[in-house]
Amino acid sequence: MQALGIEVLLKGSNFLRLLGGLWVALKISLIAVLFSIVLGILFGIVMTYKNPLVKIISRIYLEIVRIMPQMVLLFIVFFGTTRMFGWNLDAELAAIIVFTFWGTAEMGDLVRGAVSNIPKHQYESSYALGLSKAQTYYHIVIPQTLRRLIPLSINLVTRMIKTTSLVMMIGVVEALKVTQQIIEANRMVAPNAAFGLYLTVFILYFLACWPISLLATYLEKKWSA
Amino acid sequence: MNWSVIERYLPLYEKATLLTLKIGWLGVFLSIALGLLVAMIVHYRVPVLRQIAKVYVEIFRNTPLLIQLFFIYFGLPKVGISFSPEVCGVMGLGLLGGSYMAETFRSGIEAVDEIQYETALSLGMSKAQVMFHVVLPQAVTYSTPAFVANIIFLLKETSVFSAISLMDLMFTAKDLIGLYYKTAECLTMLVVFYLLILLPVSIIGSIVERRLSYASFGD
Amino acid sequence: MAEKLLTIKHLKKSYGDNLILKDFNLTVNKGEVIVVIGPSGCGKSTLLRCINGLEPIQGGEIKLRGEIIDGKAKNIAEIRQKIGMVFQSYELFPHKTVLQNIILAPIKVQKRDKAEVIKEAEQLLEKVGLLDKKDSYPRQLSGGQKQRVAIVRALCMHPEIMLFDEVTAALDPEMVREVLDTILDLAKQGSTMIIVTHEMSFAKAVSDRVLFLDKGEIVEEDIPEELFENPKTERARRFFNTFEYDAVKHHTKTSNQ
Repeated sequence: MQALGIEVLLKGSNFLRLLGGLWVALKISLIAVLFSIVLGILFGIVMTYKNPLVKIISRIYLEIVRIMPQMVLLFIVFFGTTRMFGWNLDAELAAIIVFTFWGTAEMGDLVRGAVSNIPKHQYESSYALGLSKAQTYYHIVIPQTLRRLIPLSINLVTRMIKTTSLVMMIGVVEALKVTQQIIEANRMVAPNAAFGLYLTVFILYFLACWPISLLATYLEKKWSA
Repeated sequence: MNWSVIERYLPLYEKATLLTLKIGWLGVFLSIALGLLVAMIVHYRVPVLRQIAKVYVEIFRNTPLLIQLFFIYFGLPKVGISFSPEVCGVMGLGLLGGSYMAETFRSGIEAVDEIQYETALSLGMSKAQVMFHVVLPQAVTYSTPAFVANIIFLLKETSVFSAISLMDLMFTAKDLIGLYYKTAECLTMLVVFYLLILLPVSIIGSIVERRLSYASFGD
Repeated sequence: MAEKLLTIKHLKKSYGDNLILKDFNLTVNKGEVIVVIGPSGCGKSTLLRCINGLEPIQGGEIKLRGEIIDGKAKNIAEIRQKIGMVFQSYELFPHKTVLQNIILAPIKVQKRDKAEVIKEAEQLLEKVGLLDKKDSYPRQLSGGQKQRVAIVRALCMHPEIMLFDEVTAALDPEMVREVLDTILDLAKQGSTMIIVTHEMSFAKAVSDRVLFLDKGEIVEEDIPEELFENPKTERARRFFNTFEYDAVKHHTKTSNQ
């Protein structure tokens, strides 16, 4: 029975290095998510304005994000800036910029959707009860918006984590890259380690995303009733 | 921007685009078939298969395609299961997309009112006839926006194929940038060719969405 | 001697601990029109659903011409073809035109000739005054029009018995008439029907026999003239009273003086 990588994983600090690699990707997604949520809420509110110029610009922005693969955006920002302008843009920073650019559009669209989904009758019946505009927003509109928004934005977190796996393609040393290095270093003693190690990365990503997905589904069910 | 460079690279990009299109759309079709199968298994509560289907959907919805591909392409051969990069690409995309399409079919089917089933049954239709003539057409209509979004998502995901040495658009761009340092030209062409692949889908998708929602719903 | 079409013996139906129908018995002869009335929750809609095998039953049996109706049996689709059912919420198929809605089951289920079915569908539509709507989608029709299409859809299967489940309850008042007239026409032609309704004057006009249901059992059963004019039970009298109001205007006037 050929070794499938478990002993390689347990050797020395290999597993810790792997977790360290995963943390690099998670860190990038968490920072990008934080920026995306803040900027996305602003963008979403801006999108509810009826100004035609605002509409056109946001439409183009959304369409770019909708149809350009994140990998292409990563290449443009990373190779584009370093090669064309000679900037020495750090790969992690490039990744944060790209994922924030992407996440802001997604979050903004969610916010716009959640706000415009509140039926006009809700505002009207609130005014009819004598509530002020501020009271209407505070007691009626914002709570309902949040209930639609929170599960969807939690989903955005898992999508962000999954997408940050791409950063290895621009040279960030994250979980996959570390795995490749470990496999390479143990090529002679454990030629079949790739199976166990890639499976481990697979499971680690699943463990990072699954609980978050479950939370989103739980909240969605709880609040839709 | 150097036009002669662009002209020289054009054939390479064309070839890469065709490969991306081929694998992308094969993956999309596989994912629709797989998604429908899984949705049927879940809908009819087929024992055992239903549990397997649920685990499959959870696993593939919660892991990145890149990691799935690495495992399939670099990991599985170590236990004697190996595929060509093309097959890996179609398989990876199909498995990933299947888990998304299954959810889309499922929510579409759930959106069809229970009493529509009963009406169809009361006309003497068999369960299969009810599903095929009454439920699925409505489910697909309800879910069209999600289907279009899934297809665009899957075609975008093809950009990670370069990692398993498929000579797709990303691979070609990266290769040429590395070799000849014509970064501006290479990146521009990359964007243009991806637009050629995805813009038509996006446009046709929104036309179909509008048509369908006009033709059959909203009374 | 009247020909027995539908027999229900000792039918028992419950949802969990909630008993909906207890020991229910009914025989429907060919050509008979039966109207079922009663307060909401009395089990009248459930009765129709049981007859069409849409609800599992907990006891007793329902037979159509001697064939047992069982929602889980292999032959249920065949039996359902002989039972036409029309629902309160019309339930036309939104993705199909009026004509497609009507011909779907005759062609796919009964494997009848398409041209012949279309011809019949058009004749039936003509009769209910909707031939010009045959290529419209359900969303382009009014509620009353949708309900007439739903009736035609059920008729086109040549059922032996028709079940109507509060078919006018979701309609605006001015559309009720057109649907009820369609059903009256069917009665004139000798169709066998079981009709659940809240329209009392219609019930009086259309029925051969009226059942008053309360809490899952038949409280009173009679010809309409008797049951409506001269109810024998206290419960039936109380039910009819709920449709009448005491005038209050005079009362407020006097108290103001």
